[in-house]
Amino acid sequence: MLYREAGQFKTTYAADQQIFPIRQDRIGIIALLVVAFIGVPLFASEYWFSAILIPFLIFALAAIGLNVLTGYAGQLSLGSAAFMAVGAYAAYNFQLRIEGIPILVSFVLAGLTAAGVGILFGLPSLRIKGFYLAVATLAAQFFIVWCLTKFPWLSNNSSSGVISTQKLIFFGHELTTPVEKYLLVLSVVVVLALAAKNMVRSSTGRAWMAVRDMDVAASVIGIKLMPTKLLAFAVSSFYCGVAGAMYAFCYLGSVEPDGFSLEMSFKILFMIIIGGVGSIMGSFLGAAFILLLPIFLDVALPFVADLFGLPFASATVSHIQITVFGALIMFFLIVEPHGLARLWQIAKEKLRLWPFPH
Amino acid sequence: MSKKIGDVILDLQNISLRFGGVKALTDISFDVREHEIRAIIGPNGAGKSSMLNVINGVYHPQEGRIFWHGQERKNMEPHMAAQQNIARTFQNIALFKGMTVLDNIMTGRITKMKANFIEHALWFGRAKKEELEHRKKVEEVIDFLEIQHIRKTPVNRLPYGLQKRVELGRALAAEPSMLLLDEPMAGMNVEEKQDMCRFILDVNDQFGTTIVLIEHDMGVVMDISDRVVVLDYGKKIGDGEPDEVKNNEDVIKAYLGAGH
Amino acid sequence: MNFFLEVLIGGLLSGVMYALVALGFVMIYKASGVFNFAQGAMVYLAALSVVGCIEKGAPLWLAIILAFGIMTLFGIATEKFVLRKLVNQPPIALFMATIGLAFFIEGVAPMIFGSDPRALELGIVDEPIPWVLDNWNMVISKFDLVAAGVAGVLVATLALFFQYTRVGRALRAVADDHQAALSIGIPLQHIWAIVWGVAGFVALVAGMMWGARNGVQFALTFTALKALPVLILGGFTSVPGAIVGGLIIGASEKLAEIYIPPVMQNMFGGNFGGIEGWFPYVLALLFLLVRPEGLFGEKHIDRV
Ligand SMILES: Nc1ncnc2c1ncn2[C@@H]1O[C@H](COP(=O)(O)OP(=O)(O)OP(=O)(O)O)[C@@H](O)[C@H]1O
Ligand SMILES: [Mg+2]
Repeated sequence: MLYREAGQFKTTYAADQQIFPIRQDRIGIIALLVVAFIGVPLFASEYWFSAILIPFLIFALAAIGLNVLTGYAGQLSLGSAAFMAVGAYAAYNFQLRIEGIPILVSFVLAGLTAAGVGILFGLPSLRIKGFYLAVATLAAQFFIVWCLTKFPWLSNNSSSGVISTQKLIFFGHELTTPVEKYLLVLSVVVVLALAAKNMVRSSTGRAWMAVRDMDVAASVIGIKLMPTKLLAFAVSSFYCGVAGAMYAFCYLGSVEPDGFSLEMSFKILFMIIIGGVGSIMGSFLGAAFILLLPIFLDVALPFVADLFGLPFASATVSHIQITVFGALIMFFLIVEPHGLARLWQIAKEKLRLWPFPH
Repeated sequence: MSKKIGDVILDLQNISLRFGGVKALTDISFDVREHEIRAIIGPNGAGKSSMLNVINGVYHPQEGRIFWHGQERKNMEPHMAAQQNIARTFQNIALFKGMTVLDNIMTGRITKMKANFIEHALWFGRAKKEELEHRKKVEEVIDFLEIQHIRKTPVNRLPYGLQKRVELGRALAAEPSMLLLDEPMAGMNVEEKQDMCRFILDVNDQFGTTIVLIEHDMGVVMDISDRVVVLDYGKKIGDGEPDEVKNNEDVIKAYLGAGH
Repeated sequence: MNFFLEVLIGGLLSGVMYALVALGFVMIYKASGVFNFAQGAMVYLAALSVVGCIEKGAPLWLAIILAFGIMTLFGIATEKFVLRKLVNQPPIALFMATIGLAFFIEGVAPMIFGSDPRALELGIVDEPIPWVLDNWNMVISKFDLVAAGVAGVLVATLALFFQYTRVGRALRAVADDHQAALSIGIPLQHIWAIVWGVAGFVALVAGMMWGARNGVQFALTFTALKALPVLILGGFTSVPGAIVGGLIIGASEKLAEIYIPPVMQNMFGGNFGGIEGWFPYVLALLFLLVRPEGLFGEKHIDRV
């Protein structure tokens, strides 16, 4: 009976409407934050920061962005990576063109730029739905990447659009080590994740979900479809934009437009399918899963092949990876459409009853 | 009934609605008075649902004029009806399937909540206060409909009868002055029907809500409504108090002809 | 003027190739309401199966038959193990499942048949037709013309199949109304399996044409990306829509590629080639804003 709701009677609606209404969850989250902010920096190695933790947090943020749009507002997008690209290039240009602009300000402006572009590409959603819209978001994917490649001004005339990001100056101090970058990314992601959670549990989120579940009923209730959908596009693109800016500044340091490929958009989509469509926490779980799986396969496959004495080509690893991704997507959609987040919830419910299974 | 029926608040004049070649409504006029229960009846496909959809702006009639409190309405969109305090339920339950009962009903109050998304994101200012205030109202609706026990249940896990009740709750949460109900009792057993009748009468009684009701169960209609409109093949064939309508030749023919 | 015509005709012919892929989408969407993102991957699988069988020593005709067998089996398996399990899910979930399916195929197919690019010889060369070149001074590819002919035959066959066979009629009925289809006496699941078989066949034809033209390689999967704007334009349910949409996209894309970049170059400086990646999408989108129901679709008002 480690995890129990019983006995925690809510005597006020305020108590019932907290962000984490169950005490154990609150404790868990606080513990997690303590570990993330203090424990991890003390113990993790450089490899963990730069190859796993930083990209994990950044992709989790992008996945939250996509989840807002697809999971909550029900507008399927296949162009998330392009909005990350907008964010990355916008942040670069703000740093480049505005003397002494603080890095966080340029991240926010990058997010806002992406939000603007998102609204533009969200306009078709007012007239088309479902697959049509999904296909329309591909227009964003291809057009944005093309623009970044072709308009030299956007990459300060570098060849084929490659940019190298400026120094990360944070209150006069240059962030150089992976730990520092990690802490910056972590702070941004935590703040934005909380903000997202707040939005989806309030009437903003309910309006999104109403539009997702039954748009006619939503409008009959008084929800204006146009602003609601466009807000979802804007917020989603903002998140992807900030994620893109950090992807460039805190993770890779140098990016090219083609790096923000359709492939990457799919990856983010897979994160929310596997993690949990319509779940903020699912976005984290999905990002972790999709990033760790290839690493795991890289290690495990040669080992397995060795064990059975099979010949092994490294091209095969990538094929197996793709196959496993595809199979997992189908598997989750069939078996657990709410993804890892739901599994986690079920586990909690089991735990709640433990050790008396009734 | 002791209630006082007021003036005409909704007046529909010569409404015609077509879908391609299908004439769903042809030259229909009728009105609704404040505080009354107005029933619309007719065989399948007569155009009853279309009529409701015209009233709250989901369908746009090609011809005709609509007056709401004496003012002509033009270019009506559904969300405007909500702003004018018209709420409704649907023939095929149109709940938000991915949300809990509580959230569905909370959504019913969305036009009354003023905080914007930034306040929500930061959970400050009006956001928190509003959420609590409206929660209180919503709990009143939940108590009224006797659905406290399923408050936190996702609606798609509820049986049909309860879903209908939740949908009514969502409409009531908006504290509407006019409530449009599209077959609120279809597919219910006798007991559920009785409950639903009671809720409808109570709403009408306690809050003075004007009700426009589509229903196939003649017993119910004749029992609870003040006036009845009868449609058949998109045309109005009868209009008046229940007793009047019951004895109308055309109405009897239409119902016998349609095999009722 | 000749140059314009040459580009136009070349564009129309490549549009036929797009339509070939779009047809596969339309087939499946019409009969089962699934928007099958894996169609491009199926084209790849089909082409790989053909070259794979040829490499193992089969003559071309046998390779084609074997590939058809593979595609049919694959279609049936997809229906049985994936789609049937998702029957009551929202369409978007099915769509995402087909994205998963696409990845699955793209991983498995090269593991079986090898991943290095190979040529597929059908005995048609990709060279200008001499007569047109001499008399009109235009370069029109012989191959493209044959491909257009093949597409034409395919469309005609499908039309006949839908019109005159019992299965075809059942398929059409399913598209309109599942209940009606049941009354014809063919189980829905068989119908879906057949649809996937037919879509596999369409993918096979498309795969061979595209494979013969560009080589059998992973890039064949991108044919799906070419077909999507065609679908938006033509509507997901219309066979003529797929054809006309294909022609429009093909022609306008090639013309745009010739005439737009120089204009942009004048305006901004720099090199603005390679617009064919996004141009069809933007074109289709603009079109949708004007006519959301597509070229051949009917205006639809949600029923509540
Ligand atoms: N959105 C729509 N598109 C096309 N035709 C429609 C639409 N809505 C209604 N119709 C047609 O209009 C006519 C009237 O339909 P309506 O739903 O209003 O009938 P009804 O009286 O509510 O019938 P029921 O008792 O079966 O609910 C029918 O012929 C119907 O097919
Ligand atoms: Mg009806």
